[in-house]
Amino acid sequence: MPEPETTGSRVTPPRLPQWLSRAMEPLPLAPLQPVLALMLARIGRAHPDLYDRLGEHAEKRFGLDPTDLPFSFVLEPRPGRPLVRAVRVLPGGLDASIRGPLAGLIGMAEGTLDGDALFFSRVLWVEGDVAASLALRNAIDDARIDFGKVLLGGLGPVGARLAEVARARMRTLPGVGGQPWN
Amino acid sequence: MELICPAGTPASLEAAVEAGADAVYCGFRDETNARNFPGLNFSREELRKSIAFAHRRGVKVLVAINTFARAGSFGLWQAAIDDAVAAGADALILADLATLDYAARHHPAQRLHVSVQAGAANPDAIRFYVESFGARRVVLPRVLNVAEIASIVRESACETEVFVFGGLCVMEEGRCSLSSYATGKSPNMNGVCSPASHVAYAEREGQIVSTLGGFTINSFGKDESAGYPTLCKGRFVTPKSSGYIFEEPVSLDAAVMLPALRDAGVTAFKIEGRQRGRAYIAEVVRSFRRILAEIDQGRSAPPAGLAAMAEGQASTVGAYRKSWR
Amino acid sequence: MQLTLGPVLYHWSPERWRDFYYRMADEAQIDVVVVGETVCSKRAPFKQDYLPAVIERLEGAGKRVLHASLILVSLPRERRQTRELMQVAEAEVEINDLTCLASLGERPFAVGPFVNVYNEAAAGFLAARGATRICLPPELPLPAVAAIAAAVPQLAIEVFAFGKVPLAISARCYHARAHRLTKDNCRFVCENDPDGMSVKTLDGAGFLSVNGVQTLSDSCASLLCDLPALGRAGVASLRLSPQCCDMVAVARLFRDVVDERIDPREAEGRLGEIYPEVPFSNGFLHGAPGHNRIDAGGGRPGELR
Repeated sequence: MPEPETTGSRVTPPRLPQWLSRAMEPLPLAPLQPVLALMLARIGRAHPDLYDRLGEHAEKRFGLDPTDLPFSFVLEPRPGRPLVRAVRVLPGGLDASIRGPLAGLIGMAEGTLDGDALFFSRVLWVEGDVAASLALRNAIDDARIDFGKVLLGGLGPVGARLAEVARARMRTLPGVGGQPWN
Repeated sequence: MELICPAGTPASLEAAVEAGADAVYCGFRDETNARNFPGLNFSREELRKSIAFAHRRGVKVLVAINTFARAGSFGLWQAAIDDAVAAGADALILADLATLDYAARHHPAQRLHVSVQAGAANPDAIRFYVESFGARRVVLPRVLNVAEIASIVRESACETEVFVFGGLCVMEEGRCSLSSYATGKSPNMNGVCSPASHVAYAEREGQIVSTLGGFTINSFGKDESAGYPTLCKGRFVTPKSSGYIFEEPVSLDAAVMLPALRDAGVTAFKIEGRQRGRAYIAEVVRSFRRILAEIDQGRSAPPAGLAAMAEGQASTVGAYRKSWR
Repeated sequence: MQLTLGPVLYHWSPERWRDFYYRMADEAQIDVVVVGETVCSKRAPFKQDYLPAVIERLEGAGKRVLHASLILVSLPRERRQTRELMQVAEAEVEINDLTCLASLGERPFAVGPFVNVYNEAAAGFLAARGATRICLPPELPLPAVAAIAAAVPQLAIEVFAFGKVPLAISARCYHARAHRLTKDNCRFVCENDPDGMSVKTLDGAGFLSVNGVQTLSDSCASLLCDLPALGRAGVASLRLSPQCCDMVAVARLFRDVVDERIDPREAEGRLGEIYPEVPFSNGFLHGAPGHNRIDAGGGRPGELR
């Protein structure tokens, strides 16, 4: 088989340092829940167009798994009564889950990283209902939410530190990320 | 030389305008356009606002209504045409004889472009579209090399537009039913190819296995670059070979061909990717704007350097070089 | 209901090709026969010498002969061949690309399954240009077929009723690619696969077949069980696409079902004996994935009753 004519270097996923993940492991999740709920409600009110784009997929249950954090999120966008909660391990019965390093998930949500490119480089991975995941990605991409700020700002000092580390790592990525291709 | 850029959402359209697009193409949120993907595309209101935004910035908006109308439901396609014209579209991108004929009769002043989905691959076919519908531009299928394009331009009474970056159909566009054979959904009828709703990923013996409509399409090692789960870029087995028998997961990057395509007389260069995020649009458009500026100043075309954006993280100049065949 | 024998899509040896048509002329109950190379312009010269005799034999046997054009026309040679075909005054042509309309003039013509006619407006446009019959694209579902047939009654509407389903055409030759050859120096390796080269999934499931620049299904379309519904939908003709099996027997079977001499399900059982070890499909007509085989009642076999 003829080979493609150019091949780029792969995108290296920026990951949070393990000490940070370990440091967060013993933290209780309970105090997080109301904060997450508040943030989600705020996003839903500020970006009603999100639901038009999500369409039928607004009723689905999504798992968001930052692979370099010791916890994950379950998201149910449902118009008018959105739900999000932090969990230690993603439960069964989710419609779709998106896995990847926090910086990748945030970068995609904020529109600074391209989801398909992250997928091609295997930084992000999707399980379950691929159409629902795409709808969620596209709806969020169009909404232009400052996701990092909203999501991590609610976590208090640890969140602020997380956001800072994640951003610092992302800044090293040109466009989609990784080293310069040549 | 015009740079034609994709937009799947109003946010992407703005990103394309900011990054230096001369024109942006987009479509309605239904099966009238060939990127009818979940969460994408424009409502009527969004299109009106986006066209107004683009026009304030001196950028054109081309509206793709480039699927083939469903028998018995032509009204949906007629309404899309009427509404795009009313919203102030600078051109309509059409593929179907039915939509071309309707637009030419009912909106004779509207600029019409022949979509790549029409598969107009030679000067005679192009002449048919120009004479029958007054088409002003044809988007050429990705099956032609530069010499063939040059001869088409010489013989044709309308402008030509070619793809220079992004997804690469290896089959002639508009004449491929591979997707509907596996899933029941086709580019021509439903505006989707290998739709996400029919894709599944599973882990099997340490490999990630992708399936489409129940058919295994590929199997990736842990660290191997991935592509879209499209049929023509999957791994299969024939008695003579196995692997990527149609095409590798690869996308088109014709940046190095831009001077040759310009010399061939091509009017507009098109970037594929209405399904991509704002980050892709901004980076790819900016990069091509820069390359076109370099070429304008007589410097040689540098590679786009966008391999990280590409499917399978690899790119090809595709059919523009004859050896591809 | 007429029966049309579609063009041989594969690269059969010239003698095999000629003898096939001789036998079809002499023995098959077929109304219309489409001849000519539609897939690859490099193959056309091989048949050129036998073509006049084949046409004479077919016409002598009372068959109406249509001359098919190439599906994908891009090279200068292909344009010239296409233009010349359109200007042969005595030949009735079946166009497989709109390229043909540029040089066809005012003559009546037939439309092959590779022209995108998805709706009544497109069919009406072609009828106004002189189309007399249209073989619809194989992926069209029954309601679309019925809507087109009802809206443009002056056209004879045909559907792809038997054969591996043509699914895609490319500038790239996948036969050559599989043999690690270039298209320009292909050594005509496609001749080794007179019924297509099988393409299986990594699990070994049959999926597609490759015929040079064309990709077809692995399964073979059979609309035998759908013939009553097609009749009600106003379909005027059934296309039988030549495969490596007894096409005279295939034609007889379709004729018998059309004339209600044999039950469709029993006929499909017999079809399995005529063309063994190939799965049958009719999913496209039912708006389902094309590879599906769906009972004429609407559900899959087993779901029904």
